Amino acid sequence: MRAADALCEALNAEGVKHVFGIPGGASLPLYDALYDASFEHVQVRHEQAAGHAAEGYAKASGKVGVAFATSGPGATNLVTAIADAHMDSVPTVFITGQVRTDLIGTDGFQEADVTGITMPIVKHSFLVTDPAQIPDYIHKAFHIAKSGRPGPVLVDIPQDLSRMEIDYEPITGAPKLPGYQPNTEGNIKQIRIAAKALANSRRPVLYAGGGVINADASEELRELAASDRFPVTCTLMGLGAFPAPDEQWLGMLGMHGTRTANYSMDEADLIVAIGARFDDRITGKLSEFAPRAKFVHIDIDPAEISKNVPAHIPIVGDVKKVLPKLTGEYRALAADSSRLDEWWRRIEGWREQYPLHYEDTTDQEIKPQRMVEEMYRATGGDAIITSDVGQHQMWAAQYYHFAKPRRWLNSGGLGTMGFGLPAAIGAKVAMPDEQVVCLAGDGSLIMVCQEFATAAANDLDVKVFLMNNGHFGMVRQWQELFWDERYKSVEMGPSPDWVKLAEAFGWTGILCDSKDELAGAMKSALETEGPVLLDVRVTPNENCYPMIPAGAAARDMVG
Amino acid sequence: MAESGTQDLLDLDELRAENGLTGRRHLLSLLVENRPGVLARIAGLFSRRGFNIDTLAVGPTEDPDISRVTLTVDGAVHPIDQVTKQLHKLVNVIKIRDMEPDKTVAREMALFRINAAADNRAEIIEFTQIFRAHIVDVSRRSITVEVTGTTEKIDSFERMVRPHGLIEMARTGEVAIVRARPES
Repeated sequence: MRAADALCEALNAEGVKHVFGIPGGASLPLYDALYDASFEHVQVRHEQAAGHAAEGYAKASGKVGVAFATSGPGATNLVTAIADAHMDSVPTVFITGQVRTDLIGTDGFQEADVTGITMPIVKHSFLVTDPAQIPDYIHKAFHIAKSGRPGPVLVDIPQDLSRMEIDYEPITGAPKLPGYQPNTEGNIKQIRIAAKALANSRRPVLYAGGGVINADASEELRELAASDRFPVTCTLMGLGAFPAPDEQWLGMLGMHGTRTANYSMDEADLIVAIGARFDDRITGKLSEFAPRAKFVHIDIDPAEISKNVPAHIPIVGDVKKVLPKLTGEYRALAADSSRLDEWWRRIEGWREQYPLHYEDTTDQEIKPQRMVEEMYRATGGDAIITSDVGQHQMWAAQYYHFAKPRRWLNSGGLGTMGFGLPAAIGAKVAMPDEQVVCLAGDGSLIMVCQEFATAAANDLDVKVFLMNNGHFGMVRQWQELFWDERYKSVEMGPSPDWVKLAEAFGWTGILCDSKDELAGAMKSALETEGPVLLDVRVTPNENCYPMIPAGAAARDMVG
Repeated sequence: MAESGTQDLLDLDELRAENGLTGRRHLLSLLVENRPGVLARIAGLFSRRGFNIDTLAVGPTEDPDISRVTLTVDGAVHPIDQVTKQLHKLVNVIKIRDMEPDKTVAREMALFRINAAADNRAEIIEFTQIFRAHIVDVSRRSITVEVTGTTEKIDSFERMVRPHGLIEMARTGEVAIVRARPES
């Protein structure tokens, strides 16, 4: 069998239903094989979007997302998406064409050392040197991408090798990877010590991250929280892992988290970190982060434990397996729940004193927070929401009260503007029966607006709700607050006519610039068949609060 | 203390967390898959995470599919635990051993080309004998000496000959192997 066909067979064997990509010279044999493949190829308009679509696909469905690109610029265009998938631990496989083996190292046309370029931002990569390796490498790539701490795996295939004939035999069973054996169980002794620490804690907080969602462990997190009224906060990546309507929910923590969540971390005596990595957006000033707390840190990646914050009780394992054990051990201790009464009184006090709030306008001007609230109502709080990066992303995190996992797809670690639209496309391909809405920023959307064509060409019913404030709003906010209002290159200037732009791509475009019409505009956007762009003009210079200024401590929140 | 369901107390104040700094030099012995790019991954990891490699030696092992990488890292500057855990994340790294000094045989080899005019030639030769080193090349103006031993031995040889004019020095970095246990 031709190696390129064996590649498709191997992808098929891994259960692949969709891939995203753009063809090119070095991937011609691969695309010739795709002609007969049993899975679908979604042709995007820029390779970066193929990568983000694969991420959106993976985040929404939990399956491995796959993107194809050709050599050289095709492969380098994938780099941002690969880095994004690495930072947010998204199970993805990237397959790139490479120039012919006799051209490698000669600076051949469209040659780029993509395995070298991506080395620091992949979980692993394979450069094919023998066509017979291809099925084995694909099998290994999928195993590595989705097991342990998920992440991106790159497979680079020289053009001449993919044209060769090989003996293809389907591969079954676990791949042979002597240097890769993630520990998933968690040390039971450590788990028992953690349970005792919880039982002796008077001010505990459960701090959950994206790892809970990756592990599909939301139910297990809820069980632990329910075992004794433990307060729960989530990171940006963890939103949806714990239902926001729950009364034990403190709100998101971190730079734009709630005061209740951040003050709780500040005063906690025990913090149980679950699939979270103490990012600087969470800790603020590290030396003043949670100064009274001892830390239990549960993570499948041992290198995350004690990386930023030294753990007192480290537990390496899959949170889906560790949490039920911890819950069981804790319940067996039959701790006196009344010890938490005072802690809850304290928390309730913060809740009352510092709810999330903004000042709404008295005229027709639309505040961005109001837009998110309206969007929450219009979608019944149950859509898959993707976002770009910036103020709108933070407002969505604050005001769209995610109740379920895999409903909030955004770029947290890398902070990639332009993530939202291609991720929405990927999510819609993965979950065609779900309502998928991209909450976009105008600064971000224009970076990927070519992808309107992808949605139109593939009849993908995605909705883009554009929070149009005419600025790179978050940067503008920082220039206002921390750089003496010396505004530089943050105004978008003459924006495109977004409605016309959408229509030019075959979308429906709707403009909304008055508060009274907002709910109706959203309703009609959601009810209109096919892709719709809703351009919502919001207050141009609203700031996102509350906020821990960069390098400050949680108790120094402003706004 | 770790029995299931027992009620004995655990005082949170007694919990301690390590910062990971050991204050000494660590010799890490890595078994890695013998494949192109593996060394680049290791070196890249060190530079990306801001870890500094003091010495590095790479070579084959008894198994042709496996290479050994021996490297030394300063545990006073870098948390060794974090270094080894990051290295473990590399799929091609099969095994890492943080060599315990008293259970390890470690050796380094070095070549020194030393100024050796008539008036100090005898002294250089004497040092060579004292250090059980070998003269491997000689010319009218210089002598090249091969020294094998512990890093400390090579350091002290260097200190001895440097005042005479050290023209060039090449050191391999340490390689190490676990000491066999005494036969019982």
